[in-house]
Amino acid sequence: MNNIGGIQENSGARLQLIKAGLKRRYAKEKIFRTLGITAIVIALMMLTVLFVTITKNGYSAFQQTFIRLKITFDASVIDPEHTGDTGVLSQADYGRLVKKTLREMFPEVKKRREKRDLYSIVSSGAAFQLRKMVMDDPGLIGTTQTVWVPADDDIDMLIKGYIKTGKEGTGRIKADKAAWVNTLIENRAIEKRFNFAFFTGGDSREPELAGIWGAVVGSLYTMFVTLILSFPLGVATAVYLEEFAPKNIWTDIIEVNINNLAAVPSIVFGLLGLAVFLNFFGLPRSAPIVGGLVLTLMTLPTIIIASRVSLQSVPPSIREGALGVGASKMQSVMHHVLPLALPGMLTGTIIGMARALGETAPLLMIGMVAFIVDIPAGIFDKATVLPVQIYLWADSPERAFAERTSAAIIVLLAFLLIMNALAVVLRKKFEKRW
Amino acid sequence: MKKISGMAVALMLFAAATLMLPVLMPAADAAVRNYISIVGSSTVYPFATVVAEQFGKTTKFKTPKVESTGSGGGLKLFCSGIGVQHPDITNASRRIKKSEVKKCAKNGVREITEIKIGYDGIVIANSRKAKRMKISRKDLFLALAKDVPSGIGESLIPNPYRTWKDVNPSLPDIKIEVLGPPPTSGTRDAFAELALQGGCKKFSWIKAMKKKDKKRYKAVCEAIREDGAYIEAGENDMLIVKKLEGNPGAFGVFGFSFLDQNADKIQGSIIDGVEPTFENIASGQYPLSRPLYFYVKKAHAGMIPGIKEYIKEFTSEKAWGPEGYLIDKGLIPMPDREREKFRRDGRNLKNFSM
Repeated sequence: MNNIGGIQENSGARLQLIKAGLKRRYAKEKIFRTLGITAIVIALMMLTVLFVTITKNGYSAFQQTFIRLKITFDASVIDPEHTGDTGVLSQADYGRLVKKTLREMFPEVKKRREKRDLYSIVSSGAAFQLRKMVMDDPGLIGTTQTVWVPADDDIDMLIKGYIKTGKEGTGRIKADKAAWVNTLIENRAIEKRFNFAFFTGGDSREPELAGIWGAVVGSLYTMFVTLILSFPLGVATAVYLEEFAPKNIWTDIIEVNINNLAAVPSIVFGLLGLAVFLNFFGLPRSAPIVGGLVLTLMTLPTIIIASRVSLQSVPPSIREGALGVGASKMQSVMHHVLPLALPGMLTGTIIGMARALGETAPLLMIGMVAFIVDIPAGIFDKATVLPVQIYLWADSPERAFAERTSAAIIVLLAFLLIMNALAVVLRKKFEKRW
Repeated sequence: MKKISGMAVALMLFAAATLMLPVLMPAADAAVRNYISIVGSSTVYPFATVVAEQFGKTTKFKTPKVESTGSGGGLKLFCSGIGVQHPDITNASRRIKKSEVKKCAKNGVREITEIKIGYDGIVIANSRKAKRMKISRKDLFLALAKDVPSGIGESLIPNPYRTWKDVNPSLPDIKIEVLGPPPTSGTRDAFAELALQGGCKKFSWIKAMKKKDKKRYKAVCEAIREDGAYIEAGENDMLIVKKLEGNPGAFGVFGFSFLDQNADKIQGSIIDGVEPTFENIASGQYPLSRPLYFYVKKAHAGMIPGIKEYIKEFTSEKAWGPEGYLIDKGLIPMPDREREKFRRDGRNLKNFSM
């Protein structure tokens, strides 16, 4: 009895000891959980702030202010000799048609200086728009059409409320200009419309004409080159190192080097690209082929590491089973291990590509940070990429480029989001668990 | 499964083939560059790009490619040789140096044409929320130079001034904080030369040094302090403008076009009694203005289509004239006679000599 009492006493004391400690343990757990939640909340808040500011600054760029003009396609201006020759049509002074219409709309404007101000409310792109219309349909000559042409970027900013007139504003919109704009508003001859040019145009120094399509195409070409080079090379390297290579000092050195390369700053790859691809091989500057090659070097380590991890996660029993039924090493890898590891490899590749898509620093060295108007026609043509376009617009003095910068960031983020979502979907769909 | 691995093998072969491509292709590709390649100054970039765009839209030639590499970087690329892989034109916000001409000649680039396109004003601006500052070049030198005269005899001491008021009692009592471009920038060179050296000269004994020891004179006058009062803000001028908005006590150094486009947020300081306006810079009254140039490789004029026409577009009245489209972008035009001279130089591709 004594004994039992002793045990009871003993366990009672122990229980108390546990209880005393329990409170502390619970408190610790609680603190840990709160910390975890706080971390997530802070991260989410940062993300929200980022998205909200970018969207707030950028959404207005998806609209552009247009001005309604009643243009008379005067044959005596466009094609005085009625030749109908496309050369004559393309060389004609379409700016004169725009100016004439503006003068008719505001007949009170007489002085030279005032006229210059009046002409500047319409974008210089208006003349090119008219030219395109006539080139597409020469039958327009001699008719009068209602045409919506883009307004100048200063007017666009005024309508969107980013700048004010007169002394409070930039001083770029004087009282007379403001009065004309008010007349246009009263006549419903000015309105905001969807900004197609932003999605279909190449770069321009006139914000109202600038578009991201040139940069998107450049990015696609560059990513294409990067993908077809880095994916096969990365997978082949990973398969060899993981499945075939002997484990010795050489493979160890290679492994350490690959891991180091993954951490090298991207500008270094740009310098390498400049020295090797441009100076040694003599490849053209500013071309997607070189951009793709440089980004391949940058993404290769990422893909190799992801692929090796994914190969390691294939259980050894699969290999042993294949070898057991008489498959060769090659067959076991090609028929069983690689297909099972491929989804993981794809995920790694897509994440590597997403990083490459957002990269500017290595492209600086190989001349892809450039003003390029034409939409690139191939991997050897001059091109720029989306993040570079953002960088270039961010550094432009014109106010209207600020919103376009944010809008371009929205587009880039959309691409990144799609790529990362694709990686998740692929993993969910093909992943096998053991 | 077999299919996938088959595909993988095919992809690898494809990759190998593509890897070989660069080795075989360049000869074929390089020979056919049919657009003008332009590099150089980030100050001239906003003007060169407008001309390039106009040129591409209104002629049968392709739109030139314009890279912003900085004046020094541009001249380095420009002088690296003759041939389609080298740029045809380089922009510069300062004149080409003797050493660069020599380097050019060494690489076979012997004949170049210099074309001055106009002027750019360098402004020292702050947020409109703060008071506008009236300052002299001498004050600027004292506020930003690395070493300043000690006041006792002809000796220099490391810059002791913390606030503008320390420099000159008539200036406001705020900390000296100036955001400006890094040493790689042509704007920084010009700022050091025009503003600091301009102020430095006001000390007669330093001015006398110029004759005796030019190197030391330049070192004294153009060295910018490195104790945190001058903050290198990168080549991105727009970023400086945004930073000024958030920090009314700070000043920024950048090109006039950025002030012109953002005059509702920032104001230019009055230097030596002259306000940085278009008219004052054009008339030469504003002390901090510098010429802008571009250089053309003559040997390329026959090789790359459109070079002569591009020069013609740039030097036309509708571009660089007093009412041209470059003026809308913030370029300060040259007087009529000067424009005429450089138009002629451009047309004849006049050889440049130092």
